[in-house]
Amino acid sequence: MKVLVAIKRVIDAYVKVRVKSDGSGVETQNVKMSMNPFCEIAVEEAVRMKEAGIASEVVVVSCGQQNSQETIRTALAMGADRGILVQSDAELQPLAIAKLLKGVVEKEQPELVLMGKQAVDNDFNQTGQMLSALLDWSQATFASKIEKSDGKLTVTREIDGGLETIEVALPAVVTADLRLNEPRYASLPNIMKAKKKPIDTMSAEDLGVDPSPRLSVVKVSEPPARQGGAKVGSVAELVEKLKNEAKVI
Amino acid sequence: MSILVIAEHDGGALKPATLNAVTAAKEIAGHSDGELHMLVAGEGVDAAAEAAAKVEGVTKVLKADDGAYAHLLAENVAPLLVKLAESYDYLVAPSGTFSKNVMPRVGALLDLQPLTDVVAVESADSFVRPIYAGNALATVKMGDARKLITVRATAFDAAAPEGGSAAIEAVESTGDSGKSSYVGSELTQSERPELTSARVVISGGRGMQNGENFAMLEKIADKLGAAVGASRAAVDAGYVPNDYQVGQTGKVVAPELYIAVGISGAIQHLAGMKDSKVIVAINKDEEAPIFQVADYGLVADLFQAVPELEQELDKAL
Ligand SMILES: Cc1cc2nc3c(=O)[nH]c(=O)nc-3n(C[C@H](O)[C@H](O)[C@H](O)COP(=O)(O)OP(=O)(O)OC[C@H]3O[C@@H](n4cnc5c(N)ncnc54)[C@H](O)[C@@H]3O)c2cc1C
Ligand SMILES: Nc1ncnc2c1ncn2[C@@H]1O[C@H](COP(=O)(O)O)[C@@H](O)[C@H]1O
Repeated sequence: MKVLVAIKRVIDAYVKVRVKSDGSGVETQNVKMSMNPFCEIAVEEAVRMKEAGIASEVVVVSCGQQNSQETIRTALAMGADRGILVQSDAELQPLAIAKLLKGVVEKEQPELVLMGKQAVDNDFNQTGQMLSALLDWSQATFASKIEKSDGKLTVTREIDGGLETIEVALPAVVTADLRLNEPRYASLPNIMKAKKKPIDTMSAEDLGVDPSPRLSVVKVSEPPARQGGAKVGSVAELVEKLKNEAKVI
Repeated sequence: MSILVIAEHDGGALKPATLNAVTAAKEIAGHSDGELHMLVAGEGVDAAAEAAAKVEGVTKVLKADDGAYAHLLAENVAPLLVKLAESYDYLVAPSGTFSKNVMPRVGALLDLQPLTDVVAVESADSFVRPIYAGNALATVKMGDARKLITVRATAFDAAAPEGGSAAIEAVESTGDSGKSSYVGSELTQSERPELTSARVVISGGRGMQNGENFAMLEKIADKLGAAVGASRAAVDAGYVPNDYQVGQTGKVVAPELYIAVGISGAIQHLAGMKDSKVIVAINKDEEAPIFQVADYGLVADLFQAVPELEQELDKAL
């Protein structure tokens, strides 16, 4: 089974993001960039499938600017076989990304597309579902366990009430939740090897997609700050204050 | 202009978040003046549809009752929404794993770009939503004529569950796609209130050390009528089930009182609880970032403080 993994380059999840003073967005200059954590989990899962003999080839694809190549290299160092960069300087929103990915899927013909459940920059949580719809494939979102049997996958999903297990026919799009696996760190030899793995580049025009945004960001602002920081000296004082000052118990 | 609210329910009753979504829909309607209908999809949903018909402000309930919708599989529910969307300007659903699973699928099928996790309605086409784990708020204008929106329940008041008398209309099933099937589920059974709508939440983190120690928090929860939550670290370590997770990628809560026990306060956790009215933190590390957002911070070993809290509550309540 050929597996395609879609990955996004984002501001590192542990960076304290700052809003630009002109309200046009967030500060991205000199900020650490990383692979979206959920995409890392998707790559790890694909590489494990290959190691287990379930996947025949793992291809990673990222849509974005030239520097998304670095993110693709990281995935190659984790064990993916080759990469595709869909280069675009436009602001890409989930529907546009899903259309670009559909184009890549049509060229590559994978049986399974693995993605992250959510990109931690925009927190949309949409692209996998949209790609699945455009392809008219099955979908399994928020996966914490994936097992393959003949022509289908059994997927455990993290849902609001607990866990749900479904069976999806292949081909399918599956999006990874946090507990699907723990991604590996690439070893130095694998980082070296990854430098020689091929990365193809294509454009939105090559794929016949109009990636124009449908949403326009009018402004980005700082959330209201909380006035925290007060301390209490004892449990008794805490309870007294909750009762008489805050009046919440 | 007309709005269809997609109900979350358990067959018998509406999930509380549905009522918050109705309020968001009314705010949108306030900007655009129109009908407000509600869809109840599932199998055996008569009681839920009747509950929906009573919600104040709802003028019609669409009931899609069919085996194909029993487990709300996205491939089956999306075509239903696509069909119904023709008659509406907005589809509004409470944010949660159900709507997040289905709404983008509907969007792609209709060539529309949905908006996730709306926290404020600015105008008929502009909405505010958090980005970067709530470290920034984006005001976004939707360019598409038809708008698909999921809303954060915590950001809108609940609509009155009584007072309406909408007609219930059955809608035809769009059938089974055959693409996926339900196998089973392990749902957390609890007598306590639901995390996202509880008035008080007490959450434990890695500092709890194991699952058994959560019994200490449960005792407090029982006294306060609270729900029990957790940090990702506590869930990953297997102390509690996944649905306890509060945060950027778990549940978003905004209770009147949030008590964080043995939780450091990573931004991803804060994203899920920093809009709580009053925050209490119990942590032995006085440098823990959770104290920066806490109204009442107690620097203490939780294994002493929590049992003591139980005793003090007994005295005070
Ligand atoms: C993509 C992504 C998404 C994430 N999503 C979420 C999310 O939705 N929710 C979430 O919570 N996290 C999330 N995280 C994880 C987050 O970054 C933190 O790792 C996590 O919140 C830490 O959990 P914790 O505070 O329980 O553990 P720790 O950071 O290890 O903190 C434990 C705390 O317990 C205190 N402690 C220990 N023993 C005691 C004691 N005896 N008495 C008192 N205090 C004690 C310590 O001082 C410490 O402050 C996410 C991370 C990523 C990368
Ligand atoms: N620019 C991109 N290039 C490739 N994949 C992406 C891109 N943006 C999002 N994705 C995929 O879609 C998932 C969900 O993203 P989102 O819908 O933006 O929250 C991510 O985890 C990726 O797997």
